[in-house]
Amino acid sequence: MSTLKFGLAALVLALAPAAAFAEGPEVGAPVSDQDLARYFAIQPDGEGLPPASGTVSAGAKVYGERCAACHGDKLQGVPAAGGPALVGGRGTLASPKPLKTVESYWPYASTLYDYVWRAMPFDQPGSLSPEEVYAVSAYVLSKGGVIGEDATMDAKSLPKVEMPNAKGFYDGRGPDLSLYHAER
Amino acid sequence: MKRRGPDDAYDPEAAMRPLDEECPCQEGMRPQAKLGRRQLLLSAASTLGASALAVGAARAAEAAPPGAVHYDVPEDPTKEQGRPLLADGGYGTRSQFETEVRVKAKNPTDLTSWTFTPLAAQIGNLTPSGLHFERHHGGIPTIDPARHELIVHGMVGTAKKFSVADLKRMPSVTRKHFIECSGNTLTEWAKPTAKTVQVTHGLLSTSEWTGVLFSTLAREVGLKDAALWVLAEGADAAVMTRSIPIEKLLSDGMIAYGQNGEALRPEQGYPLRLLLPGYEGNTHIKWLRRLQVSDRPFMTREETSKYTDLMPDGRAKLFTLQMGAKSVITFPSADMMLPKPGVYEIKGIAWSGRGRVQSVEVSSDAGKTWRPANIENAAEPMCTVRFSCPWAWDGQAATLQSRCTDETGYVQPTREELVRLRGLNSVYHYNAIQSWAVAADGGVSNVHA
Repeated sequence: MSTLKFGLAALVLALAPAAAFAEGPEVGAPVSDQDLARYFAIQPDGEGLPPASGTVSAGAKVYGERCAACHGDKLQGVPAAGGPALVGGRGTLASPKPLKTVESYWPYASTLYDYVWRAMPFDQPGSLSPEEVYAVSAYVLSKGGVIGEDATMDAKSLPKVEMPNAKGFYDGRGPDLSLYHAER
Repeated sequence: MKRRGPDDAYDPEAAMRPLDEECPCQEGMRPQAKLGRRQLLLSAASTLGASALAVGAARAAEAAPPGAVHYDVPEDPTKEQGRPLLADGGYGTRSQFETEVRVKAKNPTDLTSWTFTPLAAQIGNLTPSGLHFERHHGGIPTIDPARHELIVHGMVGTAKKFSVADLKRMPSVTRKHFIECSGNTLTEWAKPTAKTVQVTHGLLSTSEWTGVLFSTLAREVGLKDAALWVLAEGADAAVMTRSIPIEKLLSDGMIAYGQNGEALRPEQGYPLRLLLPGYEGNTHIKWLRRLQVSDRPFMTREETSKYTDLMPDGRAKLFTLQMGAKSVITFPSADMMLPKPGVYEIKGIAWSGRGRVQSVEVSSDAGKTWRPANIENAAEPMCTVRFSCPWAWDGQAATLQSRCTDETGYVQPTREELVRLRGLNSVYHYNAIQSWAVAADGGVSNVHA
């Protein structure tokens, strides 16, 4: 085995004009911290959250200016604008008309932060500062009765928020086993 | 040009048009056996002659359909020269007589919406790139490939960024795969809703994709032992993100830059998209700019609040990523009209996210009896096949169905089975057997049988 390997390496070296070619060409360039600074992805445990904070009352202002046009004054959603309801719907998930909102459905508060930071508001995606995202997340969670009106959200407190439907999900990977013994 | 939308696709005039008039249903039709050959030739000649004149006059005043250029039609193309070479600038267009287009769903904004592939008109197994279905969450970005990079970082040995040129220098693979939106056919859970097969099943398209396997990239950066999930991120306004199990990426995940012999179309992720054969379409991140390797999923908005399947008990399934075996008859299908009793070639498409299509069966009596269909192309993993099956229609009401079995032994379920297992609120992954009713007058409609 080692003889064969040695023999192959010798052959490659003999054929290649430069030794570097024996290992194949270098592809790609190293990534610097600066390269990575413009990206983020927040984990449910808070990994990736930036250092900043925001209050419910600050969030009310951000919401009114940047969110209410599409999601409604009462976070009830504006179907014509395409903005879904953000609160309400608890207890509806097993009913014929489930209302899936941040309050009733979303399992992690980190997801709210991540999504608002990356893609909201729809007309100016990615334009909110970390402070504004903490604040508006606090506002939405507060209006949904998930946190108190005097709460402050930051990298420590946000991942500790227990969402009402946190236990409402399970891993659905793999085949639908029940299909294999369904009555026919 | 008239464009059909999901809500106005049903054209009552078309349904009532005289049987001998030109209609799309005549494709694949065989003439009634009793009709004499001479009689047939005569009637065909007179119909063609009359309609050619009328069509010629009308078309002259018309603009060309999307993807085509209008040219005057000569009286006799053998009596004058045609167009010179490269008059098209070097990139050809389709014939001005081909009018099929994608249709869009009705949503409050066309920036986050979807379009359907015209499946009934598709010829062959590959979807023309310009007719590939779309689902965008923040419009279609315009990306200069010279400025685009793919960063691979996280739980890797050496984080690296790759230019599009870098990726094109690496070993590549070329494979045919379908992509299906997990929301395909979602209108059909409770009652038959969409009026055409384009809208019931058109969030499905098949292409030949070319790109670099993720496993090749993984060797360039090295993976740490704890690596289990990879976040894929797009460079659109939605900055779309999904967490992908690393075993899937390492088995056949591809960073694609080619589609059907040329670069990806902008709507399909130009210059780079992720391709995850058999996985729900949303995970095939377009405009791919970043892969972050991790030991756990990120629980992004798409994989928690959107692409999860709500079960009858109010709990929801995460990461239902594989698309189930599915098939649909494209001819005859809803909104078509069979001109008269006779022998027709039933045609359709079958696919599975779990592997190759093993077999397809067709029923004309709402699933009471089944006949094997002919598979028209070699079955490839996570790729569509086209099927066909002759059917003698006696002029009585009939219900047509097709049923796909894949190489894992998974059999496409009936709607009743699927609803019993998942209830009516799960939205995604509807892969039940589709029923088309053929009425005694030849009209075809979408039904639940």
